[in-house]
Amino acid sequence: MRELALNVLDIAENSVKANASLIVITIEARKNLLTITIADNGKGMDKAFLARVTDPFTTTRTTRKVGMGIPLFKEAAEMTGGRFSIDSELGIGTTVTASFVIDSIDRAPLGDIAESAVTLLRDDIDFVWVYTVNDKSFTFDTREVKRELGGIPITSPEIIKFLKDMLEENIESINGGIIL
Amino acid sequence: MKSIADIKAIRDKMQAQIVNRDNSDAELETRIVVGMATCGIAAGARPVFNEFVDLVAEKEMHNVKVTRTGCLGMCKLEPIVEVFVPGEEKVTYVHVDPEKAKEIFTRHIVGGQVVTDYLIGEQ
Repeated sequence: MRELALNVLDIAENSVKANASLIVITIEARKNLLTITIADNGKGMDKAFLARVTDPFTTTRTTRKVGMGIPLFKEAAEMTGGRFSIDSELGIGTTVTASFVIDSIDRAPLGDIAESAVTLLRDDIDFVWVYTVNDKSFTFDTREVKRELGGIPITSPEIIKFLKDMLEENIESINGGIIL
Repeated sequence: MKSIADIKAIRDKMQAQIVNRDNSDAELETRIVVGMATCGIAAGARPVFNEFVDLVAEKEMHNVKVTRTGCLGMCKLEPIVEVFVPGEEKVTYVHVDPEKAKEIFTRHIVGGQVVTDYLIGEQ
């Protein structure tokens, strides 16, 4: 993966497949650490599956829940000196957390978060994105957007296009010249 | 800076358009399906998906839907795009990038001609 935003897109797809109705993604850059969390209220995993979920070679393909996605994200974090963890409870949901040492030469760029966010949009699933750089923060909650839309699908191309522009502008303003 | 408050204006415009088209029959809908599993994403599916979304929005083609799917089992041919035109056979394009997406959109989705150069059999 060339961008961490692509890992986020990929990991969040697992939450979609786990039948989550709400997926909360937080991206937080403080000092020299970038922390990314993807938390869902999907079906979760049992302890046995959770124990081998980061191993690409023991993943059962029939479940279609995880393949190379989790190992790649873990590797991307750990190669910078950051950490990776995944917690899950059956029937409750799953939380994936990865931290990245920002100035590590091995850290992939964060990339296009706005594009990943709009690519994930769905009519039947809600997303909350919280994007924080130091003390400035921006929240994008699809439940608020859907209320404003009054029945028009959030996946309409015109809406996706508008939301991408809106997210790009807000992220740029939060970044204040910093390129993560 | 744009905010959620701006959605109202877009919504009002779109609601007027919806009233104008009562033939929103799913059977008449063209679907562009982009493979978006780990393999597809790593190969560049995200910009391809968004290129199609932008083109459909630009041309205001309300009978065209752009959606995602999982792994199609041919990871080395990703990004893969399937086009479903009502009444026609499914068309599978492989190794698609945003430039090829533009061409597929103009020639196939708008023009009705399959872009044979990018078909799965040609690779």
